[in-house]
Amino acid sequence: MLDQLPAIIIAVPLIAAAVCALIRNETVCWLIALVVAFASFVGSATMLGQVQKYGEDISYKLGGWAPPVGIEYKVDLLAGYVLVLVSLIATAVLIYGRQSVKLEIKKNLHGWYYTMYLLCMCGLLGIVITGDAFNAFVFMEISSLSMYTLIALGKDRRAVAAAYQYLIMGTIGATMYIIGVGLLFTITGTLNMADLAMRLVPLLDTPAAISGMAFIIVGLSLKIALFPLHLWLPNAYAFAPSAVTSFLAATATKVSIYLLMRYLYTVFGFGFSIERTPIPEVIMVLSLLAIFAGSFTALFQENIKRMLAYSSVAQIGYITLGIALANATGLTGSLVHIFNHAVMKGALFMLVGGIAMQVGTVRLSDMAGAGKAMPLTMFGFVLGGFSMIGVPGTVGFVSKWYLAMGALENGWWWIVALLMLSSLLVLVYMGRVIEVAFFRERPVDAIPLKEAPKSMIVTAWVFLLACVYLGFDTSFTVGVAEQAVNVLLGGVQ
Amino acid sequence: MEGLNELAFVLGGVNHWITVFLIMAGLYIIVSRSNMIKKLVGLSIFQTSVYLLYVSPGKIIGGTAPIISDDFTVYSNPLPHVLILTAIVVGVATLALGLALVIRINEAYGSIEEDDVYSGEDWN
Amino acid sequence: MTDLSLFIVAAMLIPAVGAGLIASSGSRPNVREAYTLVTAALLFGVVFLLVPSVLQGARPATEGFDLLPGLSIQFVIEPLGMIFAMIASTLWIVNSIYSIGYMRENKENKQTIFYTCFAIAIASTMGIAFAGNLFTLFLFYEALTLSTYPLVTHKGNDDAKAGGRMYLGILLSTSVLFLLPAVIATYFIAGTGDFTVGGIIPEGESPYLIAALSILFIYGIGKAAVMPVHRWLPAAMVAPTPVSALLHAVAVVKAGVFSVVKVIVYVFGLDLFSGDATSWVVYAAGFTVLVASIIALGQDNLKRRLAYSTVSQLSYVVLAAAMATPLAIIGAAMHITAHAFGKITLFFAAGSIYTAAHKTEISQLNGIGKRMPFTMAAFTIGALSMIGVPPTAGFLGKWYILSAAMELKDWFVLFVIFVSTLLNTGYFVPIIYRAFFKAENVPPAHEHGEAPWPVVLALSLTALGTLALFIFPEVPLALAKALVGQIL
Repeated sequence: MLDQLPAIIIAVPLIAAAVCALIRNETVCWLIALVVAFASFVGSATMLGQVQKYGEDISYKLGGWAPPVGIEYKVDLLAGYVLVLVSLIATAVLIYGRQSVKLEIKKNLHGWYYTMYLLCMCGLLGIVITGDAFNAFVFMEISSLSMYTLIALGKDRRAVAAAYQYLIMGTIGATMYIIGVGLLFTITGTLNMADLAMRLVPLLDTPAAISGMAFIIVGLSLKIALFPLHLWLPNAYAFAPSAVTSFLAATATKVSIYLLMRYLYTVFGFGFSIERTPIPEVIMVLSLLAIFAGSFTALFQENIKRMLAYSSVAQIGYITLGIALANATGLTGSLVHIFNHAVMKGALFMLVGGIAMQVGTVRLSDMAGAGKAMPLTMFGFVLGGFSMIGVPGTVGFVSKWYLAMGALENGWWWIVALLMLSSLLVLVYMGRVIEVAFFRERPVDAIPLKEAPKSMIVTAWVFLLACVYLGFDTSFTVGVAEQAVNVLLGGVQ
Repeated sequence: MEGLNELAFVLGGVNHWITVFLIMAGLYIIVSRSNMIKKLVGLSIFQTSVYLLYVSPGKIIGGTAPIISDDFTVYSNPLPHVLILTAIVVGVATLALGLALVIRINEAYGSIEEDDVYSGEDWN
Repeated sequence: MTDLSLFIVAAMLIPAVGAGLIASSGSRPNVREAYTLVTAALLFGVVFLLVPSVLQGARPATEGFDLLPGLSIQFVIEPLGMIFAMIASTLWIVNSIYSIGYMRENKENKQTIFYTCFAIAIASTMGIAFAGNLFTLFLFYEALTLSTYPLVTHKGNDDAKAGGRMYLGILLSTSVLFLLPAVIATYFIAGTGDFTVGGIIPEGESPYLIAALSILFIYGIGKAAVMPVHRWLPAAMVAPTPVSALLHAVAVVKAGVFSVVKVIVYVFGLDLFSGDATSWVVYAAGFTVLVASIIALGQDNLKRRLAYSTVSQLSYVVLAAAMATPLAIIGAAMHITAHAFGKITLFFAAGSIYTAAHKTEISQLNGIGKRMPFTMAAFTIGALSMIGVPPTAGFLGKWYILSAAMELKDWFVLFVIFVSTLLNTGYFVPIIYRAFFKAENVPPAHEHGEAPWPVVLALSLTALGTLALFIFPEVPLALAKALVGQIL
């Protein structure tokens, strides 16, 4: 049973999705999804524990076919870490989102929502767990197609338009990725990533390998929403149902970043992609642009979901910045931030979901006086804001500390200065919301507000407390990230 | 001789030239058209390029399907074909979802011109 | 040692728990105020129990809590922190008594939030005082900024919002833009942030680096209000008077200059800081002393005049610390103490006048000494302490700073002290003169005498404290000497 875990973790959500599609009863589907997501979490955690305990990667031959011909599922520390993240968020969002899904999605679509949700989770887990380049594409499309559908379930008509926009951009990205894989396949004849890495070594300087690499990186950057390929993200985040946004923001881009890291460090290898190509420089410039352009745009958003979406563009910049720093410290910061950002942004979007439910809109001007009427929500917002700014004692600080230290190791003082400056921008845009909520009186004729449903508040606060707890006890995030960095950087030799 | 080499380069890679053409044509349509269905057509063409990219190098002239028999010694690699079957399914699914979204957009906005949909909307 | 480290934890937990109790008893004001007073008294007891062993040379410390490898939260008590903790815990009691009178008499709203945030601010202050390394200091420094923000914006009107925005904006942006990079750089250069006698910056670093680091630290610690990052202090004057007292005397600005002295003594080390690379600090601080005093001369609003006087007095401390001789450091430590008692007396007096007479401008104060003799007598003592006239505490600090300047033959510092003393006299004596010797020019809206008794009690206590510190300076002086005794 334990040996089959890598397959089970993919197969069960897939089957459960089909079952949900047949049943379509809201309560039953929700229960199925919850049980499956939680089981995935337990399974992921078990696998991560095993990898940590025995210091050996789990390799699973799908259908009994030996790699490199057969598809291999592979769980190492890094994969285990991201698997735990995705399944954890998936579970939490299910607990959180039931009320808001009922409110924000038409009644006859509830069953379909959980179907798509499970498919999406299955796809995301699959991208992480597979060791096969083509299989990763298939899972990428499973997750993306279900994600487009989930976004389009939003009641606002702009949700459909946003989903269409995302579909076009996302498909271009995935196709670019698969073109790149095709080029590599043509010259090496293999699709297994580990095998690919080995066979590519003598071929790295060929035009086919280099153009393949370029296609893969551009394709994945589209999925990651790395500036300036982020245009799909703000609308998708802003108009998707709240639960979907929480899930999407916390997982989808992270998984693509995981895949990018895999290619840069494992497949092409540190010695090539980092040391012999201008990729780190390009990523660094784009990351800094993302951080500042994202934060600046966030300053002027009236829709706070959109504001947080632009802030995500900026936060993705922090993660990719760590990749560009290309040393162990910076990369640790990057991996830690993948987890940390998922937790804090997930929490913030959850709170916004509560606001959307009670206020009726997510416009800043409609939130006047929310601080008094919804203290738990708004104090949560303050706490989440602290974490986004990087106040010590929250997770945001831990990530920034590692990124700053990584920059200093390279002697790049100015990056530290820019990091701090960007924190100030975060302060300003989060501060706007807090000021309106706490210092502006609610108009007399406006509808009276009350606190969001308990399930939403509790889940969001669990995440917020995790922000603080993981800000002090970093042994899980930093511990695993450091080991995973060793895997990535050691994978070259 | 010089000219012949160039000719060989052009003709030898003819499958790749077509692939490149499909990529560019597809992307061009996506970027230049405002009509959402036409965009999807472009997207499909773009995806088609992948099929060619994978399948064509696997074909060996005179090769057959890999059948274990003494009569056949030259095989084409079957793996790309299998992969592309999957990719085609993905492509069809994407197209179907895209079209479904366009129908919904048409219902909601009364137009499938991107200019009408995006410019007439307050996105904030 | 273990029991002492328990005291350290207790010093932070008592106000934090107190904050919880205060917050939970919002509907019963008397119980709430009782909690405040009991918490303050307990804290006072705990802090003073620590004093004897610190005087005997013990340095109680808690176990470090490793946040990241090399980055830990740890508390160590050294003499300077002890002085600061003593000031804060003593003045909190007095300030609480005063607050009760002031807040009730002026019928301020949101009093529960006020007392809660106040207690949290005190807990943060204890964290700053006992911080054993730079990171811990930074952590609680930020916590203090954030916990005082609701206090500054207490009134909730547009003025308060604007003032609060300035307050938070300057303090957070300087700390994030300058102080945090300085902290990170220190950890990177020195490999540690633990406060160590003699400094932790390794020898042989380039003077440019040292100069850059000192700029980041001096301006990063915005709470020390070295010009041009002093603007938050006048802006925060919109807050109720007990908050001004907290800002100016008990915690906030003291945390600023305390951090500056601590960084100079324990991060740079006096040897390094007396070098050329950091000599600019003396000039920046001297400039601030003079310019702030000149601005104070032109203010008619009493609280604003006091605010600029604070800016100038803070730079005295920075100036002294920047001279980086043992005598000057003693002067800095003594001046922190003296200024705390003197300035709180002045603010209490200003608040007392506002409460009783609803007057805020100096030009309205003619003859008020006859109506409010205790208040104005206390004001006089506070003002004399600011000028540095014996028998007030202010004299001691100035004396040491002057001696240090004489020793160094630093003519610039001597000049600054001389001129600023004249300016201090110039902006305080006319107030006293008006109050006692001029006839009333603006008749009060209603007949009034002194402010409510808790207010008068509090300001009398602090005024007496200012005198007592001159007569019995042994404990703070011994601690200040212990601070440099290690260095010598």
